[in-house]
Amino acid sequence: MSFPWARVYEPKAPLMRYLDEKLPLPRFVYNAVGAGYPVPRNLNYWWNFGVLAGFALVLQIVTGVVLAMHYAANASVAFDSVEHIMRDVNWGWAVRYAHANGASFFFVVLYLHIFRGLFYSSYKAPREMIWLIGVVIFLLTMATAFMGYVLPWGQMSFWGAQVITGLFSAIPLVGEPLQVWLLGGYAPDNAALNRFFSLHYLLPFVIVGVVILHIWALHIPGSSNPTGVEVKSESDTVPFHPYYTAKDGLGLGVFLIIYCAITFFQPNALGHPDNYIEANPLATPAHIVPEWYFYPFYAILRAFTVDFILPAKLWGVLAMFSAILCWFFLPWLDKSPVRSGHYRPLFRKFFWFGLIPTMAVLFYCGGAPAEEPYVMISQIATAYYFLHFLVVLPIVSSIERPEPLPYSITEAVLGEDKQVVLGENARPPL
Amino acid sequence: MATSTGTAETEALAAGEGVRRRDFIEIAAVSAAGVGGLAVLVPLISQMAPSKDVLAESSTELDISAIEPGQAIKAVFRKQPVFVRNLTPQEMEQANSVPISSLRDPESLAERTKEGHANILVTMGVCTHLGCVPLGAGEGENRGEFGGYFCPCHGSHYDTAGRIRKGPAPANLHVPDYQFTTDTTIVIG
Repeated sequence: MSFPWARVYEPKAPLMRYLDEKLPLPRFVYNAVGAGYPVPRNLNYWWNFGVLAGFALVLQIVTGVVLAMHYAANASVAFDSVEHIMRDVNWGWAVRYAHANGASFFFVVLYLHIFRGLFYSSYKAPREMIWLIGVVIFLLTMATAFMGYVLPWGQMSFWGAQVITGLFSAIPLVGEPLQVWLLGGYAPDNAALNRFFSLHYLLPFVIVGVVILHIWALHIPGSSNPTGVEVKSESDTVPFHPYYTAKDGLGLGVFLIIYCAITFFQPNALGHPDNYIEANPLATPAHIVPEWYFYPFYAILRAFTVDFILPAKLWGVLAMFSAILCWFFLPWLDKSPVRSGHYRPLFRKFFWFGLIPTMAVLFYCGGAPAEEPYVMISQIATAYYFLHFLVVLPIVSSIERPEPLPYSITEAVLGEDKQVVLGENARPPL
Repeated sequence: MATSTGTAETEALAAGEGVRRRDFIEIAAVSAAGVGGLAVLVPLISQMAPSKDVLAESSTELDISAIEPGQAIKAVFRKQPVFVRNLTPQEMEQANSVPISSLRDPESLAERTKEGHANILVTMGVCTHLGCVPLGAGEGENRGEFGGYFCPCHGSHYDTAGRIRKGPAPANLHVPDYQFTTDTTIVIG
């Protein structure tokens, strides 16, 4: 579906007309991300991050395919083959650093994209399905990133694999056989490394498929916008191309500047020195932490230290997975008909002074050692995290008195008093 | 009906109702394909379980004669660390003086060692929380608040009998299956 005023693809060159008849791929692209897709005219830069996430995915696939040409997924040579890439392969250092930092930047972009969705309530009807598919993409990306981090077979790789597969051993009865089955052994070894490599190569293409579903679902209601007011007429929209290809292009330039600055000047700033030590099954690094993008969820895992009906370990694992699974229920937990946080005074307070500081604290504590005061701080932050989604949002959305919304996107952009300019987008006289 | 040339059965079939002889073939074919499809899952799933060579490494022989009281050694069993500790009389006393009922995973020292070798404590060096290797087997390592082992990953403290006393781990350090083949040799697995 699209708006009735969407531009229609009209190929002029004979070749394009021929192609349109046999395989209308250009028409598909034109309607998806070209001039045939009308988009609200008031999108701000927070709307850049979808395209940037897509770019980061392509970047990871391209650099990853290149790395796979030089990497050997065998526990006896994996570590050396990574050093071979770093020292011997032409430009190998650049490709590997681009891939390792690309993962970090992929998550930066994903977190900002999710932040946009949370503040502007992009998850609300009619866009629930886009949100649900997005959460699936996030989970797939986390799994892919985790398995990728195991491949260099350094100390953090090995112990990360041990700890993360150890999460499954918390499941009653089937947990320990399940962990042995996942690893193909009693500890991470060749079998685990090989299957992680296989899946690390497969999952990005699965993600591409799910991203296509994400964009397909997006094109049914069309993009949301900062006012949260739905598109009413043609003057509320502009064609995606050239308006947003240009705006996304600028965002992409800024992204690339920051990404290249880190990749070329601080390529190891986001990694851990311990991962340049080859995996040793008999010695755990003193301070074992995941990559930074898992910190908040790792903090939630470690926040449970007391047995209460279930063992503390199982609580930690359940809470960590629930922290993301609760996002699936968000469209129904937040019942306010108003989308944008700009028009929701109470929601805004809890968002900026509740959720955002909580996430920042969890980020910090996830990277800190497992000792006081960090454990207690994580416990408080974990409690608020779940309270925010399960209690605060439903209550706020039912008691809050939202501020008045603009009548239309055009009015929000041009102002209310410009009756002549606004035309049919003007508020009808009272 | 006067004009009908068929039986009541064929008329019902024409209306899309009733049981047809062909239903049997359809159900049988789909069932066979379904069972066949499920059977294919068996090798696809079981290929991920430990392979024969991994299972073949499942026994380790150790000479423990050189471990002095108060010392411990690290060995490897199924590619995982094993701790063998020769407990001092004070450490055994410390372990036996704790009321069993106060423990998270109630087990006495005697239950965790072999008869006649109550001073030899053999445990996996794998924290029961998330699988890190606890400290304490090496000389000068942090042995935690209860004088046994301490896991630095998430702060689990084990006592001199390798029992969980504090922190997130749910169970005592696992005691693997092992036998004394002589007074100074054990076989694990």
